[in-house]
Amino acid sequence: MPAMSQITPSHIAPSRITASPIISVSGLTKTYASGFQALKSVDLDIRKGEIFALLGPNGAGKTTLISIICGLVNPTTGAVQADGHDIVTDYRAARAAIGLVPQELTTDAFETVRATVGFSRGLFGKRKDAGLVEQVLKDLSLWDKRDSQIRTLSGGMKRRVMIAKALAHEPRILFLDEPTAGVDVELRQDMWQLVRRLRDNGVTIILTTHYIEEAEEMADRVGVISKGEIILVEDKVELMRKLGRKQLTLTLQAPLAELPPTLSSFDLALSGDGEELTYTYDTKAERTGITTLLQALSEAGIRFSDLRTSQSSLEDIFVSLVRDRP
Amino acid sequence: MKTLDTSPPGINWPAIAAIYRFEMARTLRTPLQSVVSPVLSTSLYFVVFGAAIGSRMQAIDDVQYGAFIVPGLIMLTLLTQSIANASFAIYFPKFTGTIYELLSAPVAWWEVVIGYVGAAATKSIVLGLIILLTATFFVPLRIEHPGFMLMFLVLTAVTFSLFGFIIGIWADGFEKLQVIPLLVVTPLAFLGGSFYSIEMLPPLWRTVALFNPVVYLISGFRWSFFGKADVGVAVSLGMTLVFLAACIAVVGWIFRTGYRLKN
Repeated sequence: MPAMSQITPSHIAPSRITASPIISVSGLTKTYASGFQALKSVDLDIRKGEIFALLGPNGAGKTTLISIICGLVNPTTGAVQADGHDIVTDYRAARAAIGLVPQELTTDAFETVRATVGFSRGLFGKRKDAGLVEQVLKDLSLWDKRDSQIRTLSGGMKRRVMIAKALAHEPRILFLDEPTAGVDVELRQDMWQLVRRLRDNGVTIILTTHYIEEAEEMADRVGVISKGEIILVEDKVELMRKLGRKQLTLTLQAPLAELPPTLSSFDLALSGDGEELTYTYDTKAERTGITTLLQALSEAGIRFSDLRTSQSSLEDIFVSLVRDRP
Repeated sequence: MKTLDTSPPGINWPAIAAIYRFEMARTLRTPLQSVVSPVLSTSLYFVVFGAAIGSRMQAIDDVQYGAFIVPGLIMLTLLTQSIANASFAIYFPKFTGTIYELLSAPVAWWEVVIGYVGAAATKSIVLGLIILLTATFFVPLRIEHPGFMLMFLVLTAVTFSLFGFIIGIWADGFEKLQVIPLLVVTPLAFLGGSFYSIEMLPPLWRTVALFNPVVYLISGFRWSFFGKADVGVAVSLGMTLVFLAACIAVVGWIFRTGYRLKN
């Protein structure tokens, strides 16, 4: 398992992210009544002010972890501190600091947008503040829809409403569980902008996703969870370097018995039947070497009938990470 | 497991107010279903039992039959409406998933209960008073102990709203939501003396009836109208309070353990 990286990404002012954790998870386990063990002793620190992306395949335990921190699910063992407060014994203070946007689109149907956002603010113990609600709705392009019943809104608009509800009580920590699942490009861009703006205002953001691009676009640090275990926590830049590998596969017109020596300088692999040639390269490198490879192939008289490229997906990474573990 | 209720200070009033207002707004959005429908069905009872059949019935304890059934009818509505309101109020967020917000909010279980049960009880009480008013158009009424009448009204509304709240949490499908009100509460309410005095029953059944908690509610409520009761008013009050305490204990247990909410 790779060590936690201490590198601070260059585009983030180091002063904003402090090493002190705003969320501290220790020894957290969850076994559901069915016997399914969703979390196996999770330890995780989220730093104040960062955007933390929690990646993992479906069923890895992302939502269970978030649900425990936010109070939706009781932990089996272990402890969580949020904003310095134990989430069980001091749940009022802990929860008051947290806003949650769950994965499922769950909204009231007949309430108006403005009423439901006001309701959320009250539920979290804050006095009415029409000005703040107006600002939140405007930030999310919901102001025109303020008096519409939620059921009349599109799915994307409902997603915005859920975010508005989570922001209505001015949380210091925001959880976004799969925020862009089934969301159109425009909303995704809006959401990313909003998340950055919130981060600039000092809000710590934890988002779960299984899209690597999302983590790439947004996160300062990335944690990978698989089968109920955090298997890696790393600075994003570092992780992207590892994930940024691509493969070019050439289907040859005639099978090769072995690679010609002129091609030995390339990272090439020949398939068992000699019909496919696979070149592995780094997309982040200044030169991918594809042009020279193709030239060299042509000079060596190797002709190909088809080609395809593939990028090592998160799933591949998970599989290899999990397989490498005892 | 540590208990959930050691959190400090103060009461989250904005949360209680938010839940209460949310629930009241839900009622006002559906006035036909919430107000008009129970008033109409009660009026039908008066027409059938009060006027049509009642005119051929003897007075009970010197109270004209049409008037005699008024407290029972109000109780019948109070029980069914309190349960229906409160059970639906908490079941529906569970069903749609919006309960996530309630569970993630810095609210104590009793604050959630005050919001939901307070709103459900408010609706039932208003409804009971509307029915009482409606009844005065059909039969002459006198209320001997208005203070006690209001007290029984409020206690019953709160108790059965709590009971409905428990049903709403326990139910994991629409059928379960209906089964207790339909198969338990309605029979108990009908057999609890809404339309007759349990003194009119054969001795054996009179004893059986004393195991029906609704008998005590209706008896106490009727006493506050006419000064006469099947069982002593103190016993009625005591039984109501016992049932109230039992409901509070169950709701407290539900939230402390997260039963049907957090797993």
